[in-house]
Amino acid sequence: MRSSLGVAGALFAVALLFSGVSRAEDVAEQLSSAPAKPVAAQKSSGLKGGTADHSKFEALKGPFADGSEVTKACLSCHTEAGKHFMKSIHWTWDYTNPKTGQKLGKHNVINNFCTNARGNEGMCAQCHAGYGWKDDTFDFSNQNNIDCLVCHDTTATYYRLPNSRGHDACGVMFEGKKPIDLPKVAQHVGLPGRQNCGTCHYNGGGGDGVKHGDLDSSLNAPSKALDVHMSPDGGNFACTNCHVSDKHIVSGSRYDMIAKDEKGPGAPGSRRDIATCESCHSSKPHDKPSLIGFQLDTHAERIACQTCHIPEIARGGVATMVDWDWSTAGKFIDGKGYALEEYKQGDGKERHTYWTIKGDFKWNENFAPTYKWFDGRMMYTTIDTKIDDSEQPVPINAVMGGPNDPKARIWPFKEMHTRLPWDPKNKSLVYNHLWGKDDTAFWGNFDMVKSVAAGMKIENRPFSGEVGFLPTVSNWPITHMVAPKTDAVKCGECHTEKSRLAGLPGIYMPAHSTVRWLDLLGYAMFVTTIGGVVLHGLARVVMGKKKTHGEV
Amino acid sequence: MTDLSMAAGTPPVKTKRSVMIYSRYERFWHWSQAILIFVLALSGFAVHGTLPFVKFSTAVTIHSWAAIALIVLWIFTTFWHFTTGQWKQYLPQISGLPAVIRFYAWGILTGAPHPYSKTLRRKQNALQSLAYLFFMVMIGPALWSSGIVYLTYPWWASWAIGTLGLPIVAFVHTAAAFLMITFVVIHVYMTTTGKTVTHYVRTMITGYDSIELTPAEIAYLEEERSGLLGK
Repeated sequence: MRSSLGVAGALFAVALLFSGVSRAEDVAEQLSSAPAKPVAAQKSSGLKGGTADHSKFEALKGPFADGSEVTKACLSCHTEAGKHFMKSIHWTWDYTNPKTGQKLGKHNVINNFCTNARGNEGMCAQCHAGYGWKDDTFDFSNQNNIDCLVCHDTTATYYRLPNSRGHDACGVMFEGKKPIDLPKVAQHVGLPGRQNCGTCHYNGGGGDGVKHGDLDSSLNAPSKALDVHMSPDGGNFACTNCHVSDKHIVSGSRYDMIAKDEKGPGAPGSRRDIATCESCHSSKPHDKPSLIGFQLDTHAERIACQTCHIPEIARGGVATMVDWDWSTAGKFIDGKGYALEEYKQGDGKERHTYWTIKGDFKWNENFAPTYKWFDGRMMYTTIDTKIDDSEQPVPINAVMGGPNDPKARIWPFKEMHTRLPWDPKNKSLVYNHLWGKDDTAFWGNFDMVKSVAAGMKIENRPFSGEVGFLPTVSNWPITHMVAPKTDAVKCGECHTEKSRLAGLPGIYMPAHSTVRWLDLLGYAMFVTTIGGVVLHGLARVVMGKKKTHGEV
Repeated sequence: MTDLSMAAGTPPVKTKRSVMIYSRYERFWHWSQAILIFVLALSGFAVHGTLPFVKFSTAVTIHSWAAIALIVLWIFTTFWHFTTGQWKQYLPQISGLPAVIRFYAWGILTGAPHPYSKTLRRKQNALQSLAYLFFMVMIGPALWSSGIVYLTYPWWASWAIGTLGLPIVAFVHTAAAFLMITFVVIHVYMTTTGKTVTHYVRTMITGYDSIELTPAEIAYLEEERSGLLGK
């Protein structure tokens, strides 16, 4: 672990000019992960040995004016794919949790990174698998708006740009990229590889590894020690090998998780809606017959597989963000915005510790997760939530479940702490209008009252006119970067006084949990007895009359 | 005087003879149990967290297998006790108790004779049999019964969710373990109180001790159980 302040060169204030190309490059670096190389022959579930060579299709010869024309060509053969895909959350960004009734999805939620996609679609919808969503005029019913290539490109030459321009400073960040050879990409489509999913899922929160802590560009070609499943030296799994899909609906949503899968693998090939460990490994996977294997299977009743098998977060040399203070955003040096890079991560890259448009950051890597009871339900603090700020930090997504709930298990989480803009009078989170080439967007105008007012106006939500900064915490379930079994968390890391699980309610663990008075009494009895026999023995020696005749 | 003593009957003249008082099985039981108890105590207190330098999984493995071995040993030994009638050795004899306690508290220091003599039928003094009875009907069963329940936790874990099941089992097991190690301290110390410091240990190894026999007993042993008589 390293603290964000402890890095050598802490005073390396990289004073990046805010209105110039130098900063733009920096933004580009922040937003795109290490250049992806195509990784061939990843294992995807189900399909193997393709029967079509896309380079032989007339429809894919081009020329294509834009991506949307490629989509049209795709759909000319894959006639049902558009209909299927439009039901997926990758398209709708809208999801109602059946367990909690909460309206979620990127279109609705507020996270404690870049806050909200709502009102910032021009930027955020870079990660929407469609073309051109920049405001509410986007047509969700037009199949030609689907972006097939971002998921199915196998050349690693395809990329996406923001759907609208921001202020000049932000707007130039993606310029200078090589134009995409659309016919070539279209002729080389295939099943999604890790780098396809990673385009967005590595970069959530605004950069490589920022958001999740268990998903970053190190998974493009991970060592076996980093990820036993995804490593080319291990299983070389594509994401879709576990995140199986049915009609383009991909399993394994974080919004509605299965904290304990009691069905296990099911009949061969039967489970298409689930990405749990148990769906391959069963719920009793440990070596048997073995006393320890027998005990470990029992552990799996109450402890998620991930808790032992992912010993640390961000192990691939890419750091993850653990703390963000929005209240310090908008500082200038000589009237210009700037960034500091005082954290050097494992792979040598320096990460921002301050940035005028965002505020202060802290990073971490190779650190133990925070453990919580979890039954699969998360209660989100949404834009509609009346916040009780008496207990801080306020959870953005409260992890539900406890020790008395048989469906709950102890799960590992990355906690993200953020001082987040909110409306302290109305006691609600706010939509912040960050992106856009207008006079309210925070990234350009740096007036948060104005940008929040603009954000709240989109849905005509009440805003008191006051912006405060609320300490919040979000919980990111850790489930990737599964280590080889020899690197799993050792028994003694929990079964010890200073346990990884210390402080969790409802646990009894030998070597950690003790009844204090019983221990004190027991040790006292033992020690006193030893003292007693020693004294008795000494007395026998001193009295010098060891002429016992008795029998024992 | 003479008449009076004659009237009371002349006590038979006793002769000290070396006799096997601990049979081969009894010695095997004693020493294998001793080893297992030491192993269980060390591994058990490692599991408990008292001895943190032992790897937890190693301690659990050793403790579990040693426990299973001890349970098997106890099953055989219980059988042995009842088929040989040796269980009677543990019957309490309250009347002799104060004298024995007085001896260990004071008499042993002043060189007083032990108030109890081993006989063929009764190998243990009053305090000893009471202690062993406590060991065999209290400490032992508390340990193995709670231990079996503890060991089979995987089978009942799902029913115990949200209950005090495991903490209570662990409490009983730990409490009994403290009694056990305390018993061991006293027991080991008491072995030093024989004719010499190592006399009792040697007896438990060889099985032979010299005890006073009546002519009738000698005759019986020579006639029927000559193997039990030593040189």
